[in-house]
Amino acid sequence: MSLSIDDVRRIAHLARIRVGEDEAVQYQSQLNGVFDLIARMQAVDTAGVAPMAHARDLFQRLRADAVTEPNRREAFQAVAPQVAGGFYLVPKVIE
Amino acid sequence: MSQTTIKQLADRLASGKTSSVELCQDYLARIQAGNPKLNAFITVDAERTLAEARAADARRAANNAGPLTGVPIAHKDIFCAEGWLTTCGSKMLANFVSPYDAHVIGQFKAAGMPCLGKTNMDEFAMGSSTETSYYGPTRNPWDSARVPGGSSGGSAAAVAARITPAATGTDTGGSIRQPAALCGITGLKPTYGVVSRYGMIAFASSLDQGGPMATTAEDCALLLNVMAGFDARDSTSLEREKEDYTRDLARPLAGLRIGLPKEFFGAGLSGDTAIAVEAAIEQFKKLGAVIVEVSLPNSGLSVAAYYVIAPAEASSNLSRFDGVRYGYRTPDYGDLTEMYEKSRAEGFGAEVKRRIMIGTYVLSHGYYDAYYLQAQKLRRLIAQDFAAAYRQCDVILGPTAPTTAFKLGEKADDPVEMYLSDIYTIAVNLAGLPGMSLPCGLDGQGLPIGLQLIGDYFSEARMLNVAHQYQLATDWHQRTPGGF
Repeated sequence: MSLSIDDVRRIAHLARIRVGEDEAVQYQSQLNGVFDLIARMQAVDTAGVAPMAHARDLFQRLRADAVTEPNRREAFQAVAPQVAGGFYLVPKVIE
Repeated sequence: MSQTTIKQLADRLASGKTSSVELCQDYLARIQAGNPKLNAFITVDAERTLAEARAADARRAANNAGPLTGVPIAHKDIFCAEGWLTTCGSKMLANFVSPYDAHVIGQFKAAGMPCLGKTNMDEFAMGSSTETSYYGPTRNPWDSARVPGGSSGGSAAAVAARITPAATGTDTGGSIRQPAALCGITGLKPTYGVVSRYGMIAFASSLDQGGPMATTAEDCALLLNVMAGFDARDSTSLEREKEDYTRDLARPLAGLRIGLPKEFFGAGLSGDTAIAVEAAIEQFKKLGAVIVEVSLPNSGLSVAAYYVIAPAEASSNLSRFDGVRYGYRTPDYGDLTEMYEKSRAEGFGAEVKRRIMIGTYVLSHGYYDAYYLQAQKLRRLIAQDFAAAYRQCDVILGPTAPTTAFKLGEKADDPVEMYLSDIYTIAVNLAGLPGMSLPCGLDGQGLPIGLQLIGDYFSEARMLNVAHQYQLATDWHQRTPGGF
Protein backbone atom coordinates (compact mmCIF):
# COMPACT_ATOMS: atom_id res chain seq x y z
CA MET A 1 0.00 0.00 0.00
CA SER A 2 1.12 3.50 -0.73
CA LEU A 3 -0.55 6.80 0.15
CA SER A 4 -0.91 9.40 -2.60
CA ILE A 5 -0.60 13.12 -2.02
CA ASP A 6 -4.39 13.33 -2.29
CA ASP A 7 -4.72 10.67 0.43
CA VAL A 8 -2.46 12.74 2.69
CA ARG A 9 -4.54 15.87 2.06
CA ARG A 10 -7.78 13.97 2.75
CA ILE A 11 -6.43 12.50 6.01
CA ALA A 12 -5.12 15.89 7.12
CA HIS A 13 -8.53 17.44 6.51
CA LEU A 14 -10.29 14.63 8.42
CA ALA A 15 -7.85 15.27 11.29
CA ARG A 16 -8.42 19.06 11.03
CA ILE A 17 -4.72 19.75 10.56
CA ARG A 18 -3.71 22.25 7.89
CA VAL A 19 -0.89 20.89 5.75
CA GLY A 20 1.09 22.99 3.26
CA GLU A 21 2.23 21.69 -0.15
CA ASP A 22 5.84 20.98 0.86
CA GLU A 23 4.71 19.44 4.14
CA ALA A 24 2.31 17.09 2.33
CA VAL A 25 5.20 15.60 0.34
CA GLN A 26 7.20 15.06 3.52
CA TYR A 27 4.24 13.50 5.35
CA GLN A 28 3.60 11.25 2.35
CA SER A 29 7.05 9.68 2.54
CA GLN A 30 7.11 9.42 6.36
CA LEU A 31 3.60 7.99 6.62
CA ASN A 32 4.37 5.45 3.89
CA GLY A 33 7.42 4.36 5.89
CA VAL A 34 5.23 3.77 8.93
CA PHE A 35 2.64 1.89 6.89
CA ASP A 36 5.39 -0.37 5.53
CA LEU A 37 6.15 -1.26 9.16
CA ILE A 38 2.47 -1.78 9.96
CA ALA A 39 1.99 -3.96 6.86
CA ARG A 40 3.99 -6.75 8.56
CA MET A 41 0.96 -7.65 10.61
CA GLN A 42 -1.12 -8.46 7.51
CA ALA A 43 0.86 -11.69 7.11
CA VAL A 44 -0.64 -13.19 10.28
CA ASP A 45 -3.70 -15.42 10.03
CA THR A 46 -6.08 -14.14 12.70
CA ALA A 47 -9.20 -16.02 11.62
CA GLY A 48 -11.26 -16.90 14.69
CA VAL A 49 -9.27 -14.63 17.05
CA ALA A 50 -11.46 -12.32 19.13
CA PRO A 51 -10.25 -8.70 18.96
CA MET A 52 -8.86 -7.34 22.24
CA ALA A 53 -10.06 -3.77 22.59
CA HIS A 54 -8.64 -3.11 26.01
CA ALA A 55 -6.01 -4.44 28.38
CA ARG A 56 -7.58 -7.27 30.41
CA ASP A 57 -10.98 -6.99 28.68
CA LEU A 58 -12.20 -4.55 31.30
CA PHE A 59 -15.83 -3.79 31.91
CA GLN A 60 -17.01 -0.21 31.87
CA ARG A 61 -18.20 0.65 35.33
CA LEU A 62 -21.37 2.71 35.72
CA ARG A 63 -21.73 5.36 38.39
CA ALA A 64 -24.81 6.43 40.28
CA ASP A 65 -26.82 9.12 38.49
CA ALA A 66 -26.04 11.76 41.10
CA VAL A 67 -24.35 15.17 41.14
CA THR A 68 -20.74 14.75 42.27
CA GLU A 69 -18.91 17.83 40.96
CA PRO A 70 -19.36 21.46 41.97
CA ASN A 71 -19.77 24.11 39.27
CA ARG A 72 -16.29 25.51 38.58
CA ARG A 73 -17.08 27.29 35.34
CA GLU A 74 -14.96 30.36 36.10
CA ALA A 75 -11.87 28.28 36.92
CA PHE A 76 -12.26 26.20 33.77
CA GLN A 77 -12.97 29.17 31.53
CA ALA A 78 -9.95 31.03 32.90
CA VAL A 79 -7.77 28.85 30.62
CA ALA A 80 -9.96 29.28 27.50
CA PRO A 81 -8.71 31.36 24.53
CA GLN A 82 -11.86 33.50 24.30
CA VAL A 83 -14.93 33.67 26.52
CA ALA A 84 -17.70 36.19 27.18
CA GLY A 85 -20.59 36.05 29.62
CA GLY A 86 -19.84 32.43 30.52
CA PHE A 87 -19.77 31.31 26.86
CA TYR A 88 -16.89 30.10 24.73
CA LEU A 89 -16.51 32.30 21.65
CA VAL A 90 -15.94 30.78 18.19
CA PRO A 91 -16.52 32.09 14.65
CA LYS A 92 -20.16 32.23 13.63
CA VAL A 93 -21.32 28.88 12.17
CA ILE A 94 -25.01 29.69 11.43
CA GLU A 95 -25.81 32.67 9.23
CA MET B 1 27.24 13.44 44.71
CA SER B 2 24.55 12.29 47.10
CA GLN B 3 23.32 8.69 47.00
CA THR B 4 20.32 9.45 49.11
CA THR B 5 17.26 7.32 48.50
CA ILE B 6 13.64 8.13 49.33
CA LYS B 7 13.92 5.59 52.12
CA GLN B 8 16.95 7.36 53.64
CA LEU B 9 15.36 10.80 53.28
CA ALA B 10 12.19 9.54 55.01
CA ASP B 11 14.29 8.12 57.87
CA ARG B 12 16.17 11.41 58.28
CA LEU B 13 12.90 13.33 58.40
CA ALA B 14 11.39 10.89 60.91
CA SER B 15 14.39 11.17 63.21
CA GLY B 16 14.31 14.98 63.06
CA LYS B 17 17.78 15.23 61.45
CA THR B 18 16.41 17.36 58.63
CA SER B 19 13.25 19.19 57.62
CA SER B 20 11.29 19.14 54.38
CA VAL B 21 12.20 22.80 53.84
CA GLU B 22 15.92 21.95 54.10
CA LEU B 23 15.56 19.02 51.75
CA CYS B 24 13.62 21.03 49.19
CA GLN B 25 16.11 23.91 49.36
CA ASP B 26 18.94 21.43 48.76
CA TYR B 27 17.24 19.85 45.74
CA LEU B 28 16.12 23.21 44.32
CA ALA B 29 19.77 24.31 44.46
CA ARG B 30 20.83 21.12 42.67
CA ILE B 31 18.17 21.75 40.01
CA GLN B 32 19.37 25.33 39.58
CA ALA B 33 22.93 24.09 39.11
CA GLY B 34 22.23 20.96 37.03
CA ASN B 35 19.20 21.78 34.93
CA PRO B 36 20.88 24.21 32.50
CA LYS B 37 23.02 21.26 31.31
CA LEU B 38 20.11 18.80 31.19
CA ASN B 39 16.89 20.69 30.39
CA ALA B 40 15.15 18.03 32.48
CA PHE B 41 12.58 20.44 33.95
CA ILE B 42 10.03 22.52 32.05
CA THR B 43 8.76 24.32 35.17
CA VAL B 44 10.35 25.00 38.55
CA ASP B 45 8.47 27.13 41.09
CA ALA B 46 10.57 27.37 44.25
CA GLU B 47 7.99 29.37 46.22
CA ARG B 48 5.27 26.84 45.57
CA THR B 49 7.61 23.94 46.44
CA LEU B 50 8.72 25.58 49.69
CA ALA B 51 5.11 26.35 50.69
CA GLU B 52 4.35 22.63 50.30
CA ALA B 53 7.51 21.81 52.29
CA ARG B 54 6.46 24.10 55.15
CA ALA B 55 3.04 22.41 55.21
CA ALA B 56 4.77 19.01 55.37
CA ASP B 57 6.95 20.14 58.27
CA ALA B 58 3.86 21.45 60.07
CA ARG B 59 2.19 18.07 59.59
CA ARG B 60 5.18 16.32 61.08
CA ALA B 61 5.26 18.76 64.02
CA ALA B 62 1.58 17.97 64.62
CA ASN B 63 2.33 14.20 64.65
CA ASN B 64 0.23 13.82 61.53
CA ALA B 65 2.94 12.65 59.10
CA GLY B 66 2.78 9.61 56.83
CA PRO B 67 5.86 7.51 55.97
CA LEU B 68 6.99 9.84 53.14
CA THR B 69 5.70 13.21 54.37
CA GLY B 70 8.24 15.90 53.51
CA VAL B 71 10.16 13.91 50.87
CA PRO B 72 10.14 15.89 47.61
CA ILE B 73 9.38 14.43 44.17
CA ALA B 74 9.24 15.75 40.59
CA HIS B 75 6.30 15.09 38.28
CA LYS B 76 6.24 14.43 34.57
CA ASP B 77 4.55 17.39 32.88
CA ILE B 78 1.75 15.10 31.69
CA PHE B 79 0.13 15.14 35.16
CA CYS B 80 -2.28 18.03 35.73
CA ALA B 81 -1.36 19.80 38.96
CA GLU B 82 -3.57 22.64 40.20
CA GLY B 83 -1.83 26.00 39.90
CA TRP B 84 1.14 24.53 37.98
CA LEU B 85 1.79 25.10 34.32
CA THR B 86 1.03 21.71 32.72
CA THR B 87 2.29 21.64 29.13
CA CYS B 88 2.58 17.94 28.19
CA GLY B 89 5.70 19.03 26.28
CA SER B 90 3.56 20.88 23.72
CA LYS B 91 3.15 24.40 22.38
CA MET B 92 -0.56 23.53 22.42
CA LEU B 93 -0.56 23.77 26.24
CA ALA B 94 2.17 26.41 26.66
CA ASN B 95 -0.18 28.61 28.71
CA PHE B 96 -2.24 25.90 30.44
CA VAL B 97 -2.24 26.36 34.21
CA SER B 98 -4.21 23.37 35.38
CA PRO B 99 -7.39 24.14 37.32
CA TYR B 100 -7.38 20.69 38.96
CA ASP B 101 -5.16 17.87 40.25
CA ALA B 102 -4.65 14.49 38.61
CA HIS B 103 -5.46 11.59 40.95
CA VAL B 104 -1.74 10.79 41.17
CA ILE B 105 -0.95 14.39 42.17
CA GLY B 106 -3.71 14.26 44.78
CA GLN B 107 -2.23 11.04 46.18
CA PHE B 108 1.21 12.66 46.56
CA LYS B 109 -0.34 15.76 48.14
CA ALA B 110 -2.23 13.56 50.61
CA ALA B 111 1.07 11.82 51.41
CA GLY B 112 2.61 15.26 52.05
CA MET B 113 5.27 15.02 49.34
CA PRO B 114 6.22 18.44 47.92
CA CYS B 115 6.48 18.85 44.14
CA LEU B 116 9.96 19.94 42.99
CA GLY B 117 8.79 20.83 39.50
CA LYS B 118 7.42 19.48 36.23
CA THR B 119 9.73 17.40 34.06
CA ASN B 120 10.37 17.53 30.33
CA MET B 121 8.94 14.89 28.01
CA ASP B 122 8.28 14.06 24.38
CA GLU B 123 5.29 16.07 23.17
CA PHE B 124 2.11 14.33 24.41
CA ALA B 125 4.40 11.40 25.37
CA MET B 126 4.93 10.55 21.70
CA GLY B 127 8.57 9.68 21.32
CA SER B 128 11.48 7.64 22.65
CA SER B 129 14.10 10.37 23.04
CA THR B 130 12.47 13.51 24.55
CA GLU B 131 13.52 15.30 21.34
CA THR B 132 9.93 16.06 20.30
CA SER B 133 9.39 18.39 23.29
CA TYR B 134 8.45 21.94 22.29
CA TYR B 135 10.69 23.04 25.19
CA GLY B 136 13.85 21.57 23.65
CA PRO B 137 15.44 18.15 24.14
CA THR B 138 16.56 16.80 27.50
CA ARG B 139 20.19 15.64 27.55
CA ASN B 140 21.45 12.41 29.04
CA PRO B 141 23.49 13.16 32.20
CA TRP B 142 25.92 10.36 31.26
CA ASP B 143 26.77 12.07 27.94
CA SER B 144 25.23 15.40 26.98
CA ALA B 145 25.48 14.56 23.27
CA ARG B 146 23.04 11.70 23.82
CA VAL B 147 19.31 11.40 24.46
CA PRO B 148 17.87 10.29 27.83
CA GLY B 149 15.27 8.11 26.10
CA GLY B 150 11.62 8.96 26.25
CA SER B 151 9.00 9.89 26.63
CA SER B 152 9.66 10.33 30.40
CA GLY B 153 13.20 11.52 29.61
CA GLY B 154 13.15 14.59 31.87
CA SER B 155 12.15 12.47 34.87
CA ALA B 156 14.81 9.84 34.09
CA ALA B 157 17.61 12.38 33.55
CA ALA B 158 16.71 14.30 36.73
CA VAL B 159 16.73 11.14 38.87
CA ALA B 160 19.98 9.91 37.27
CA ALA B 161 21.70 13.25 37.97
CA ARG B 162 20.34 13.13 41.54
CA ILE B 163 18.74 16.56 41.18
CA THR B 164 15.49 14.97 42.38
CA PRO B 165 15.26 11.88 44.61
CA ALA B 166 12.46 10.42 42.46
CA ALA B 167 9.94 11.32 39.80
CA THR B 168 6.72 10.14 38.23
CA GLY B 169 6.52 8.87 34.68
CA THR B 170 3.99 7.38 32.31
CA ASP B 171 4.39 4.39 30.03
CA THR B 172 2.31 3.76 26.90
CA GLY B 173 4.85 1.70 24.94
CA GLY B 174 7.95 1.85 27.15
CA SER B 175 8.08 5.50 28.23
CA ILE B 176 9.07 4.72 31.85
CA ARG B 177 11.26 1.65 31.21
CA GLN B 178 13.27 2.77 28.14
CA PRO B 179 14.42 6.14 29.62
CA ALA B 180 15.08 4.40 32.97
CA ALA B 181 17.38 2.01 31.05
CA LEU B 182 19.12 4.75 29.06
CA CYS B 183 19.73 6.86 32.19
CA GLY B 184 20.67 4.06 34.60
CA ILE B 185 17.76 4.29 37.05
CA THR B 186 14.92 2.04 38.23
CA GLY B 187 11.38 2.49 36.86
CA LEU B 188 8.16 0.54 37.11
CA LYS B 189 5.09 0.43 34.86
CA PRO B 190 2.31 -1.17 36.91
CA THR B 191 -0.43 -3.50 35.69
CA TYR B 192 -2.92 -1.51 33.60
CA GLY B 193 -5.60 -0.09 35.91
CA VAL B 194 -3.55 -0.03 39.13
CA VAL B 195 -2.73 3.71 38.89
CA SER B 196 -5.58 6.08 37.99
CA ARG B 197 -5.33 7.94 34.67
CA TYR B 198 -7.56 10.79 35.90
CA GLY B 199 -5.80 14.06 35.10
CA MET B 200 -2.98 12.30 33.26
CA ILE B 201 -3.21 13.85 29.79
CA ALA B 202 -4.37 11.01 27.55
CA PHE B 203 -2.32 9.58 24.68
CA ALA B 204 -3.58 6.00 24.13
CA SER B 205 -6.10 5.28 26.85
CA SER B 206 -6.05 1.47 26.67
CA LEU B 207 -2.25 1.48 27.13
CA ASP B 208 -1.32 4.53 29.26
CA GLN B 209 -0.20 3.81 32.81
CA GLY B 210 1.61 5.98 35.36
CA GLY B 211 4.40 4.70 37.57
CA PRO B 212 7.41 5.58 39.75
CA MET B 213 11.00 6.33 38.63
CA ALA B 214 13.70 6.30 41.32
CA THR B 215 17.19 5.07 42.12
CA THR B 216 16.17 1.77 43.74
CA ALA B 217 13.45 -0.88 43.56
CA GLU B 218 12.73 -0.29 47.24
CA ASP B 219 11.97 3.38 46.49
CA CYS B 220 9.71 2.34 43.62
CA ALA B 221 7.79 0.10 46.04
CA LEU B 222 7.35 2.97 48.53
CA LEU B 223 6.19 5.31 45.75
CA LEU B 224 3.79 2.78 44.24
CA ASN B 225 2.18 2.52 47.70
CA VAL B 226 1.33 6.22 47.27
CA MET B 227 0.33 6.15 43.58
CA ALA B 228 -1.81 3.00 43.40
CA GLY B 229 -5.44 2.88 44.38
CA PHE B 230 -8.97 2.84 43.11
CA ASP B 231 -10.35 6.08 41.66
CA ALA B 232 -13.94 6.22 40.44
CA ARG B 233 -13.07 9.10 38.06
CA ASP B 234 -11.06 6.74 35.83
CA SER B 235 -13.52 4.25 34.31
CA THR B 236 -10.71 1.69 33.94
CA SER B 237 -9.34 2.03 37.50
CA LEU B 238 -9.44 -1.36 39.19
CA GLU B 239 -11.33 -1.89 42.44
CA ARG B 240 -8.86 -3.93 44.46
CA GLU B 241 -7.74 -4.25 48.05
CA LYS B 242 -4.93 -1.80 48.91
CA GLU B 243 -1.55 -3.57 48.69
CA ASP B 244 1.74 -2.96 50.48
CA TYR B 245 4.25 -3.23 47.64
CA THR B 246 7.17 -3.46 50.07
CA ARG B 247 5.83 -6.63 51.70
CA ASP B 248 7.95 -9.09 49.69
CA LEU B 249 11.19 -7.11 49.38
CA ALA B 250 13.16 -9.30 51.78
CA ARG B 251 11.97 -12.61 50.33
CA PRO B 252 14.81 -14.92 49.16
CA LEU B 253 14.85 -15.78 45.46
CA ALA B 254 15.54 -19.52 45.91
CA GLY B 255 13.31 -21.44 43.52
CA LEU B 256 12.22 -18.35 41.56
CA ARG B 257 11.57 -19.40 37.95
CA ILE B 258 12.89 -16.77 35.52
CA GLY B 259 11.72 -17.08 31.92
CA LEU B 260 13.99 -15.94 29.10
CA PRO B 261 12.04 -15.25 25.91
CA LYS B 262 14.25 -16.43 23.07
CA GLU B 263 12.81 -13.70 20.82
CA PHE B 264 14.44 -11.03 23.05
CA PHE B 265 17.96 -12.35 22.54
CA GLY B 266 18.18 -12.47 18.75
CA ALA B 267 19.45 -10.20 16.00
CA GLY B 268 19.18 -6.47 16.75
CA LEU B 269 20.41 -6.72 20.34
CA SER B 270 23.72 -4.92 20.74
CA GLY B 271 26.68 -6.93 22.03
CA ASP B 272 27.33 -4.98 25.22
CA THR B 273 23.67 -5.15 26.22
CA ALA B 274 23.54 -8.91 25.60
CA ILE B 275 26.69 -9.42 27.71
CA ALA B 276 25.34 -7.34 30.61
CA VAL B 277 21.99 -9.16 30.59
CA GLU B 278 23.80 -12.53 30.51
CA ALA B 279 25.82 -11.44 33.56
CA ALA B 280 22.60 -10.50 35.37
CA ILE B 281 21.20 -13.94 34.60
CA GLU B 282 24.31 -15.52 36.21
CA GLN B 283 23.76 -13.29 39.25
CA PHE B 284 20.17 -14.48 39.58
CA LYS B 285 21.34 -18.10 39.37
CA LYS B 286 23.69 -17.39 42.28
CA LEU B 287 20.71 -16.03 44.19
CA GLY B 288 18.94 -19.36 43.69
CA ALA B 289 16.77 -18.65 40.66
CA VAL B 290 16.00 -21.31 38.06
CA ILE B 291 16.24 -20.29 34.40
CA VAL B 292 13.70 -21.56 31.86
CA GLU B 293 13.42 -20.74 28.17
CA VAL B 294 10.05 -19.39 27.11
CA SER B 295 8.69 -18.16 23.79
CA LEU B 296 6.68 -15.09 22.85
CA PRO B 297 6.23 -15.94 19.16
CA ASN B 298 4.07 -12.92 18.29
CA SER B 299 6.15 -10.31 20.12
CA GLY B 300 7.92 -9.38 16.87
CA LEU B 301 4.61 -8.01 15.61
CA SER B 302 3.98 -5.85 18.67
CA VAL B 303 5.54 -2.71 17.15
CA ALA B 304 3.31 -2.99 14.06
CA ALA B 305 0.14 -3.59 16.10
CA TYR B 306 1.08 -0.77 18.49
CA TYR B 307 1.53 1.75 15.68
CA VAL B 308 -2.07 1.11 14.68
CA ILE B 309 -3.68 0.98 18.12
CA ALA B 310 -1.79 3.84 19.83
CA PRO B 311 -2.22 6.38 16.98
CA ALA B 312 -5.89 5.36 16.58
CA GLU B 313 -6.56 6.12 20.23
CA ALA B 314 -4.39 9.26 20.08
CA SER B 315 -6.29 10.64 17.08
CA SER B 316 -9.47 10.41 19.13
CA ASN B 317 -7.98 11.69 22.42
CA LEU B 318 -6.21 14.65 20.81
CA SER B 319 -9.33 15.82 18.99
CA ARG B 320 -10.10 17.73 22.21
CA PHE B 321 -7.36 20.24 21.34
CA ASP B 322 -9.45 22.45 19.11
CA GLY B 323 -8.56 25.95 20.29
CA VAL B 324 -11.95 26.44 21.95
CA ARG B 325 -11.89 25.45 25.62
CA TYR B 326 -8.17 25.50 26.48
CA GLY B 327 -4.78 25.58 24.86
CA TYR B 328 -3.45 27.31 21.78
CA ARG B 329 -5.62 29.20 19.26
CA THR B 330 -4.16 30.55 16.05
CA PRO B 331 -4.18 34.39 15.99
CA ASP B 332 -5.40 34.55 12.41
CA TYR B 333 -8.54 32.75 11.13
CA GLY B 334 -11.79 33.23 9.28
CA ASP B 335 -14.31 30.43 9.74
CA LEU B 336 -14.50 27.67 12.37
CA THR B 337 -12.82 24.98 10.24
CA GLU B 338 -9.92 27.28 9.49
CA MET B 339 -9.61 28.03 13.20
CA TYR B 340 -9.44 24.31 14.02
CA GLU B 341 -7.02 23.45 11.20
CA LYS B 342 -4.60 26.28 11.83
CA SER B 343 -4.69 26.00 15.64
CA ARG B 344 -3.84 22.30 15.40
CA ALA B 345 -1.25 22.77 12.64
CA GLU B 346 0.55 25.47 14.66
CA GLY B 347 0.00 24.01 18.15
CA PHE B 348 1.14 20.42 17.50
CA GLY B 349 4.66 19.33 16.55
CA ALA B 350 5.55 17.07 13.61
CA GLU B 351 5.52 13.70 15.42
CA VAL B 352 2.16 14.36 17.06
CA LYS B 353 0.68 15.35 13.70
CA ARG B 354 2.08 12.21 12.06
CA ARG B 355 0.50 10.00 14.69
CA ILE B 356 -2.85 11.78 14.55
CA MET B 357 -2.85 11.28 10.76
CA ILE B 358 -1.92 7.58 11.05
CA GLY B 359 -4.72 7.11 13.56
CA THR B 360 -7.23 9.04 11.48
CA TYR B 361 -6.41 6.89 8.46
CA VAL B 362 -6.60 3.49 10.17
CA LEU B 363 -9.99 4.39 11.64
CA SER B 364 -11.37 5.84 8.41
CA HIS B 365 -14.08 4.23 6.32
CA GLY B 366 -12.91 1.15 4.44
CA TYR B 367 -9.68 0.61 6.40
CA TYR B 368 -10.95 -0.24 9.87
CA ASP B 369 -10.99 -4.04 9.44
CA ALA B 370 -7.63 -4.26 7.70
CA TYR B 371 -5.81 -2.18 10.30
CA TYR B 372 -7.55 -1.54 13.60
CA LEU B 373 -9.40 -4.84 13.89
CA GLN B 374 -6.37 -6.85 12.74
CA ALA B 375 -4.18 -5.04 15.30
CA GLN B 376 -6.66 -5.84 18.07
CA LYS B 377 -6.59 -9.51 17.10
CA LEU B 378 -2.79 -9.48 17.21
CA ARG B 379 -3.04 -7.86 20.61
CA ARG B 380 -5.01 -10.89 21.78
CA LEU B 381 -2.35 -13.26 20.39
CA ILE B 382 0.42 -11.28 22.12
CA ALA B 383 -1.44 -11.41 25.47
CA GLN B 384 -2.00 -15.17 25.02
CA ASP B 385 1.76 -15.67 24.45
CA PHE B 386 2.46 -14.14 27.86
CA ALA B 387 -0.27 -16.23 29.53
CA ALA B 388 1.36 -19.39 28.12
CA ALA B 389 4.82 -18.26 29.29
CA TYR B 390 3.60 -17.65 32.86
CA ARG B 391 2.57 -21.30 33.10
CA GLN B 392 6.32 -22.05 33.00
CA CYS B 393 7.85 -19.16 34.94
CA ASP B 394 7.19 -16.53 37.65
CA VAL B 395 8.83 -13.56 35.97
CA ILE B 396 10.20 -12.86 32.47
CA LEU B 397 13.63 -11.26 32.08
CA GLY B 398 15.33 -9.63 29.11
CA PRO B 399 16.88 -6.39 27.90
CA THR B 400 14.82 -3.18 28.21
CA ALA B 401 16.15 -1.59 25.02
CA PRO B 402 18.19 -2.97 22.09
CA THR B 403 20.94 -0.35 22.51
CA THR B 404 22.24 2.14 25.06
CA ALA B 405 21.56 5.89 24.71
CA PHE B 406 21.84 7.11 21.11
CA LYS B 407 22.99 10.51 19.93
CA LEU B 408 20.69 13.50 19.69
CA GLY B 409 19.40 13.77 16.14
CA GLU B 410 20.51 10.24 15.23
CA LYS B 411 16.96 8.90 14.78
CA ALA B 412 15.02 12.16 14.75
CA ASP B 413 14.32 12.15 11.00
CA ASP B 414 13.38 8.50 10.74
CA PRO B 415 10.19 7.71 12.70
CA VAL B 416 10.39 3.96 12.02
CA GLU B 417 13.96 3.69 13.34
CA MET B 418 12.86 5.58 16.48
CA TYR B 419 9.83 3.30 16.96
CA LEU B 420 12.06 0.21 16.98
CA SER B 421 13.87 1.39 20.13
CA ASP B 422 10.75 0.24 22.03
CA ILE B 423 10.78 -3.25 20.52
CA TYR B 424 11.14 -5.06 23.88
CA THR B 425 8.73 -2.90 25.86
CA ILE B 426 5.64 -2.48 23.67
CA ALA B 427 4.21 -6.01 23.99
CA VAL B 428 3.93 -5.47 27.76
CA ASN B 429 1.59 -2.49 27.28
CA LEU B 430 -0.51 -4.32 24.70
CA ALA B 431 -1.04 -7.16 27.19
CA GLY B 432 -1.57 -4.74 30.12
CA LEU B 433 1.16 -6.43 32.20
CA PRO B 434 3.52 -4.83 34.75
CA GLY B 435 7.12 -4.24 33.64
CA MET B 436 10.19 -2.61 35.11
CA SER B 437 13.72 -1.62 34.19
CA LEU B 438 16.75 -1.59 36.47
CA PRO B 439 20.44 -0.90 35.81
CA CYS B 440 22.56 -3.99 35.08
CA GLY B 441 25.80 -2.67 33.62
CA LEU B 442 27.66 -0.09 31.57
CA ASP B 443 28.65 -0.45 27.93
CA GLY B 444 32.10 0.14 26.44
CA GLN B 445 31.44 3.88 26.39
CA GLY B 446 30.34 3.98 30.02
CA LEU B 447 26.63 4.29 29.21
CA PRO B 448 24.06 2.50 31.40
CA ILE B 449 22.33 -0.72 30.34
CA GLY B 450 18.82 -1.65 31.51
CA LEU B 451 17.48 -5.03 32.54
CA GLN B 452 13.75 -5.57 32.04
CA LEU B 453 11.53 -7.65 34.32
CA ILE B 454 8.02 -8.47 33.11
CA GLY B 455 5.57 -9.88 35.63
CA ASP B 456 2.16 -11.51 35.46
CA TYR B 457 -0.86 -9.33 36.27
CA PHE B 458 -0.67 -7.80 39.78
CA SER B 459 2.74 -9.31 40.55
CA GLU B 460 4.38 -5.91 41.24
CA ALA B 461 5.35 -6.88 44.81
CA ARG B 462 7.12 -10.01 43.55
CA MET B 463 8.89 -8.09 40.74
CA LEU B 464 10.07 -5.44 43.20
CA ASN B 465 11.31 -8.27 45.43
CA VAL B 466 13.31 -9.74 42.53
CA ALA B 467 14.77 -6.32 41.64
CA HIS B 468 15.54 -5.47 45.28
CA GLN B 469 17.40 -8.74 45.88
CA TYR B 470 19.43 -8.09 42.71
CA GLN B 471 20.24 -4.57 43.95
CA LEU B 472 21.36 -5.94 47.33
CA ALA B 473 23.86 -8.15 45.45
CA THR B 474 25.04 -5.60 42.84
CA ASP B 475 25.89 -1.89 42.75
CA TRP B 476 24.92 -0.88 39.21
CA HIS B 477 22.03 1.19 40.59
CA GLN B 478 24.51 3.22 42.66
CA ARG B 479 26.65 4.23 39.67
CA THR B 480 26.13 7.88 38.85
CA PRO B 481 27.17 10.15 36.01
CA GLY B 482 29.97 12.61 36.79
CA GLY B 483 29.49 16.35 36.93
CA PHE B 484 26.32 16.73 39.01
